[in-house]
Amino acid sequence: MATLAVDRKSALRRELESIVGRDGVLSDPDELLVYESDGLTLFRALADFVVFPTCAEHVAAVVRLANREALPFVARGAGTGLSGGCLPAEGGLVISMMRMNRVLEVDYDNQVAVVEPGLVNLHLSWAVGPRGFYYAPDPSSQQACTIGGNIANNSGGPHTLKYGVTVNHVLGLEVVLPDGELVWLGGKTRDALGYDLAGVFVGSEGTFGIATKIAVRILKKPQAVKTVLAVFDQIDQASAAVSAIIARGLVPAAVEMIDQLTIQAVEDAFGCGYPRDAAAALLIELDGLRAGMEAQAERIVAACRESGAREVRTAADEAERQLLWKGRKSAFGAYGRVSPAYMVMDGVIPRTKLPYVLGRVNEIVAAHGLRVGNVFHAGDGNLHPNILYDPRKPGEEARVVAAGAEIMKVCAEVGGSISGEHGIGLEKSDFMPFIFSAADLAFMQSLKAAFNPTGLCNPGKVFPTKKSCVEAGPVAYRPHAIEERGLAQRF
Amino acid sequence: MTMAPVIPGPPATSPAPLALHGLSVEGVNQCVHCGLCLASCPTFSELGTEMDSPRGRIFLIKSLAEGRIGLTDSTVAHLDLCLDCRACETVCPAGVPYGRLIEAARAEIERQRPGGAVRRAFRWLNFGLLLGRPRALRAAAVGLRLYQASGLQALVRRSGIARLLPGTLPAWEALLPSLPPAADRAPLPPLTPALGPRRSRVALLTGCVQSIVFGAHNQATARVLARNGCDVLAPAGQGCCGALNAHGGDHARAIEMAKRTIETFEATGADAVIVNTSGCGAHMKGYGALLAGEPAWAERASRFAGTVQDVAEFLAREPLRGPLAPVPMTVTYHDPCHVVHGQKIRRQPRHLLAQVPGLRVVDLPESDWCCGSAGIYNLTQPEMAGRLLRRKVRNIEATRAEAVVTANPGCILQIEAGLRARSLRVPVLHLVEVLDRAYRHA
Ligand SMILES: Cc1cc2nc3c(=O)[nH]c(=O)nc-3n(C[C@H](O)[C@H](O)[C@H](O)COP(=O)(O)OP(=O)(O)OC[C@H]3O[C@@H](n4cnc5c(N)ncnc54)[C@H](O)[C@@H]3O)c2cc1C
Ligand code: SF4
Ligand code: SF4
Repeated sequence: MATLAVDRKSALRRELESIVGRDGVLSDPDELLVYESDGLTLFRALADFVVFPTCAEHVAAVVRLANREALPFVARGAGTGLSGGCLPAEGGLVISMMRMNRVLEVDYDNQVAVVEPGLVNLHLSWAVGPRGFYYAPDPSSQQACTIGGNIANNSGGPHTLKYGVTVNHVLGLEVVLPDGELVWLGGKTRDALGYDLAGVFVGSEGTFGIATKIAVRILKKPQAVKTVLAVFDQIDQASAAVSAIIARGLVPAAVEMIDQLTIQAVEDAFGCGYPRDAAAALLIELDGLRAGMEAQAERIVAACRESGAREVRTAADEAERQLLWKGRKSAFGAYGRVSPAYMVMDGVIPRTKLPYVLGRVNEIVAAHGLRVGNVFHAGDGNLHPNILYDPRKPGEEARVVAAGAEIMKVCAEVGGSISGEHGIGLEKSDFMPFIFSAADLAFMQSLKAAFNPTGLCNPGKVFPTKKSCVEAGPVAYRPHAIEERGLAQRF
Repeated sequence: MTMAPVIPGPPATSPAPLALHGLSVEGVNQCVHCGLCLASCPTFSELGTEMDSPRGRIFLIKSLAEGRIGLTDSTVAHLDLCLDCRACETVCPAGVPYGRLIEAARAEIERQRPGGAVRRAFRWLNFGLLLGRPRALRAAAVGLRLYQASGLQALVRRSGIARLLPGTLPAWEALLPSLPPAADRAPLPPLTPALGPRRSRVALLTGCVQSIVFGAHNQATARVLARNGCDVLAPAGQGCCGALNAHGGDHARAIEMAKRTIETFEATGADAVIVNTSGCGAHMKGYGALLAGEPAWAERASRFAGTVQDVAEFLAREPLRGPLAPVPMTVTYHDPCHVVHGQKIRRQPRHLLAQVPGLRVVDLPESDWCCGSAGIYNLTQPEMAGRLLRRKVRNIEATRAEAVVTANPGCILQIEAGLRARSLRVPVLHLVEVLDRAYRHA
């Protein structure tokens, strides 16, 4: 199955081994197979090698070698991405960052931590926790995903509503540029001079180079936290409650919605205390100063009740609070209880359009003969319809892709976007024309060309592509539904 | 520029149940590839390679069953490196029955590639000869006692000769427990009567290995149970429950041993079967699944499995009966994998320790991480076992506890060896020993 001639491959392997050591290179077919997907199994692509650097110099040397050999390369963190971002779409090297996972320095006075990119998100909060600090961006995958993956996708999380996404917490980065040069973008303080290149790098989905050190802000843990669970018999009531809360000028740290199918899956998984018969529940968190929190909580409870909540309760203690969050954060994985696979969508819509869009999502999915579970960042209007399917049933993957395209179209029509936080990757690259004009895309291409002129760094992502060597579903290449209808073209 | 090859995907036909040579691995389809388990897996966290993660191993097993890959050296190595610690089961929201999948994969490895002569001899010695035959095990124990009493062991340890021994033998040597004197090795009486008002009539699994090396645990278990109102039966003629066989891929013998164990314990008519070793308890609770394919046994096995309880699980159902003397000590608790992950028993042992007056319990970081013992793992994979053991010992040192409490002989041997290697004088006790001490001094 090798794409490289055998002797070239073994010469390359030796050279890679001379950089990262013998145990730092994978090339056996079964090992490469394990790296064919990320958290989205709809797409698969095989690398020629997976390489494990342990320092920035390794990364730079591997990237220079790739350039010399004109081999594509892509960084991979934990592979929890949901848009195929870390797949080697055109073969070549996967550069795994998992052996660069140290906390390098922590400056508590200035609230800055410098970490390696393979550090697991939650492990940073564990490391600074004993001194009363934490790292605010909290993707639901935080127990596994890496800070490097987070900066690449500019990841959000439930607490994004109040604290912003990853870019709001990154001060600077050390980066191996696509030509192998090692540079710092931004700094370790908040007032770095010049262009905000760190800001440009964050969200570039691994196409502008490979981060090797990341300076992030750490925050003091809030003095008080209050977590409210509101239970509804109708989804529309829950949507109305979200609007009612925001309309009152309240700024909770998080407002998450979770529907019945999802509730049942997470209850099966961990028994977290969500009522199984509810049509929907909202998980609302307040944090900050103790003073005034009680009053705010009361106003939130009132907003939920007025919108028709049948039950509103506050987590009695930290254990109950943790359990409720565990349920919310395990939701995607818990779909394994009800379906062998799912595809999660990531649309963003104006909050006021929630009831309409959720209704359309249900119609679309039902029309394709599929099921959907919803669990999402309701406060931000960041939807995650999870379309459940069985990859072994003929034709189901194609129906999922078609339904997904229609849902993205609805999001775009109501003035929203096709991705809130999971990135464009491979999955949504062909839908970019829904949102951006040809001129917009051309400008973005020119920015990419400035960082990545050869295109060897993570090719095939973000922008619509003519060719696709990635396998989606049972056939190697299939035009997207919208392409067939002439709504988008590959170029 | 190279092009990624088209991968032969799973067949797009109607779902047919996936199996490896008759053993179902259909559970692989529950894995949605979310990756939430990755950072909880000890081998992944040491190596960073996804073939050595739960998600990766499940993918390998799935690909094997689908025929996308064969059992190459590399696949076997990654599956062999799994500790079977089941930390992944605890975190997996999808409920992937990982333990059953890896057992099926190991059975397939045994079937296709029974391995070299050393591996075969080792299996035969352990699974075939010793574990099935308590008397042979006892004879081996006498040999071990001689080796230690003669001073030969001290010599071997001092001289470093062990390091020159082939293969995994050095690991064997380092782990050899100090064999207790004959009094502790004496079998339990068939009945230890309840003290005070009678609560229950239970039967104790005295086990194969630990009845020799850790007879004291069984005696302590019986005394503590009796103090808590239990008539404790120790049925003679019980052999091994078959856990090591199942974990090692010796499926056929595991089934035979399960049947024999069920018969032996059913005959006692006890309300509950109490187990004080982690792997055996977890395995016996799974007899229902193990024998599901045999109509004559399936229901009987699940009924039996329902009566099996870990000793901590059983005792924690009611407050400990007094009087308990103070045990003035600072200890920390290590969760054996097949107690915490295999049987989901986390709260109970801590709850019991909290009832001992004077005992201070400090949290052990990564308390539910495997210590590397993992059945016979420390003998078959000494390098990874050593890494995990050193990690465990570092965590124990950080607590500054005076003793480690745990609930499984394998962990005790392993952690003792790790502490010895660092010249730390921290005893490792079974939970029942701590309770027994409180009762004995009361
Ligand atoms: C159960 C579940 C819940 C999730 N919840 C959320 C959520 O709430 N919010 C959210 O935003 N996302 C969420 N995600 C998506 C995913 O976890 C995030 O996108 C995460 O940031 C990916 O991190 P990773 O380490 O797994 O990266 P990977 O998937 O390995 O890679 C993602 C991208 O990052 C690039 N990359 C990785 N490391 C580097 C580096 N050092 N330098 C440059 N580029 C790099 C890769 O090339 C790729 O393009 C969820 C996923 C799952 C499975
Ligand atoms: S084993 Fe469970 S947690 Fe791990 S990837 Fe599969 S579904 Fe997710
Ligand atoms: S059983 Fe333990 S070692 Fe094996 S995959 Fe699961 S967590 Fe990893």
